[in-house]
Amino acid sequence: MPSNKSVSDAPITQFVNCRILREHKLQREDLWVREGKILDPEKLFFDEQGYADTRVDCEGSIMAPGFIDTQINGGYGMDFSQPSDDVNAGISFVAKKILEHGVTSFCPTLVTSPPAVYHKVLPQIKAHSGGQHGAGVLGVHLEGPFISSEKKGAHPEKYLRTFQSGGMADLTETYGSLDNVTVVTLAPELAGSQSVVRELSARGVTVSLGHSVANLSQAEDAVQHGASFITHLFNAMLPFHHRDPGIVGLLTSDRIPPGRTVFYGMIADGIHTNPAALRIAHRAHPSGGRVLRSVLPSGSRRRVKGVSLLSARLVVSPGLVLVTDAITAMGLPPGRHTLGQQVIEIQGLHAYVAGTKTLCGSIATMDMCVRHFKQASGCSMEEALEAAALHPAQLLGISHTKGKLDYGADADLVLLDDALNVKSTFISGEKVWSRTP
Amino acid sequence: MKLIILNDYDQASEWAAKYIRNKILLFKPNPDKYFTLGLPTGSTPLGCYKKLIEYHKNGEISFQYVKTFNMDEYVGLPRDHPESYHSFMWNNFFKHIDIRAENTHILDGNAADLQVECAAFEEKISAAGGIELFVGGIGPDGHIAFNEPGSSLVSRTRVKTLAQDTIIANARFFDGDLSKVPTMALTVGVGTVMDAKEVMILITGAHKAFALYKAIEDGVNHMWTVSAFQQHPQTVFVCDEDATLELRVKTVKYFKGMMHVHNKLVETLPPEPKPN
Repeated sequence: MPSNKSVSDAPITQFVNCRILREHKLQREDLWVREGKILDPEKLFFDEQGYADTRVDCEGSIMAPGFIDTQINGGYGMDFSQPSDDVNAGISFVAKKILEHGVTSFCPTLVTSPPAVYHKVLPQIKAHSGGQHGAGVLGVHLEGPFISSEKKGAHPEKYLRTFQSGGMADLTETYGSLDNVTVVTLAPELAGSQSVVRELSARGVTVSLGHSVANLSQAEDAVQHGASFITHLFNAMLPFHHRDPGIVGLLTSDRIPPGRTVFYGMIADGIHTNPAALRIAHRAHPSGGRVLRSVLPSGSRRRVKGVSLLSARLVVSPGLVLVTDAITAMGLPPGRHTLGQQVIEIQGLHAYVAGTKTLCGSIATMDMCVRHFKQASGCSMEEALEAAALHPAQLLGISHTKGKLDYGADADLVLLDDALNVKSTFISGEKVWSRTP
Repeated sequence: MKLIILNDYDQASEWAAKYIRNKILLFKPNPDKYFTLGLPTGSTPLGCYKKLIEYHKNGEISFQYVKTFNMDEYVGLPRDHPESYHSFMWNNFFKHIDIRAENTHILDGNAADLQVECAAFEEKISAAGGIELFVGGIGPDGHIAFNEPGSSLVSRTRVKTLAQDTIIANARFFDGDLSKVPTMALTVGVGTVMDAKEVMILITGAHKAFALYKAIEDGVNHMWTVSAFQQHPQTVFVCDEDATLELRVKTVKYFKGMMHVHNKLVETLPPEPKPN
């Protein structure tokens, strides 16, 4: 007979009185954590005869996996793309602040910059785990400079590049090392992009399509070579046209290789994407498509005899990924701020170039995006939360440890009330932020 | 013998749960004196477990000083299989209450030596001072635990081959595939349950009506193993109206007439006087 807690002496925390998001459903279950990982309490009970050392009363809260922001350019006055000798100071500052939005890991995003900036900044940003110091860094998202000049958005044109030396050579020349890079946004219509997409995918870097005038078949080719993400869907790409739906057409393409999902980032701040467009994007991948194999709930299994409900269904895994695409001004109070050379004015959720009505980027926080997405799309609570946690984790290929509350996953958690306001945030089972002290 | 007849399944479940609650409370368990409880699995006791969990959450009872012994477990089914009785107990009872793992006992159907496992189980019951209250359910063929028709009425814990009826009935829990249903189980014997100070048997539903008739109106018969409890000094049968369909009117009227007495057994107990 195994002795008590034979596997480990580390303390065990039991979160009680919560509704946890597991198997795409909010369910009344306790969540057990040991050594920063989610523990199977049944194994603990029968194999180790163990029990919890501490219980945390969640007061009926919703418990979701910590949010993952795959596109965030800065915030609280910090701009990750600004060359500096201590880029990490800015990233750390933001990493700590976004805990209050439920974000437990993120990809600091660098917009189009001259090679010197990449060479200076990239070696400084190392992927690392989150904790009391702030949300974990999963790696850098490089948005540009291999993008379309016609859809450059706010990216400085003079630094845009093409694959003139054949592809990877241009990447290496521009970025230097790719060691801490997780996502690269590029325009697939650029000549030579296919070999780059293939090579990056082979190295485990997620290739995202964006800031592009690609037509659908160019986009589909890129997906077949390994691209798996669309950067801020609808923004900075050709508008949907029924005879050439462009990148947007990937949502319903029949040329996606079987078993693959094309994820798409959405800035659900209510400003950058019209709610109707948000609904189109959401409904293109309805949650019903999630049924990989029809399983009867255990209760009904006993009553339904001999009836096979297993039927072939079109399998589409939902791919909507909420991103903030937040800029320097995110987190700053309303009013005028001087940021670099620019004076901006924050009014509500809008950040304007001061004195004008020109939007200068998103100041949305991840929790706001989750609430807005739910309200605007009419999706379920579960779908809204999964768009901020499960889907980004699947996109980055880390869903065995992040984005789920399955046994063995990292105990990165966010507690929310029924209106999806963040109450507290945990990383590796440790409380890292709380609304009430 | 007591026969408790309630209107429906929910009321029968509640009555049974209150009876168990009061038994535990009156026993006043403490670190030196554990209450020993024998427990069944299956669909019949689910309602009773739900109520007990409710009483626990309300703060009415604690299982801190309760030791449990389960009746049976399949042989060769992985412990974490959703249909294993370990999984059943965890999901439907243990995880909701404050019982310590070391105080729960379920036969290990994957033990290297099944006979040794069975003998050890009997030992553990004896070491715990015997079972105070054994709660059980029955099959439509009157089997208690996996003591299928024809089992010895003085049997002890052992390996048992399941009757074809039982295998067919259980196939619904294994994707309707007979080949997936375990064919053997470890089970306490009829004698093991008979040794308990008190036995409570839950019988609900019309499909169990003939078994209830066999249990209480017909003679002791090893083809209806539950009938053995006619010879137990303290047995309570708790059933719903549907289960009484095969009983004589006389029997039903007799026991219904005593409900006002029997209901005293499940009244909420007065709070403990505070020690001065």
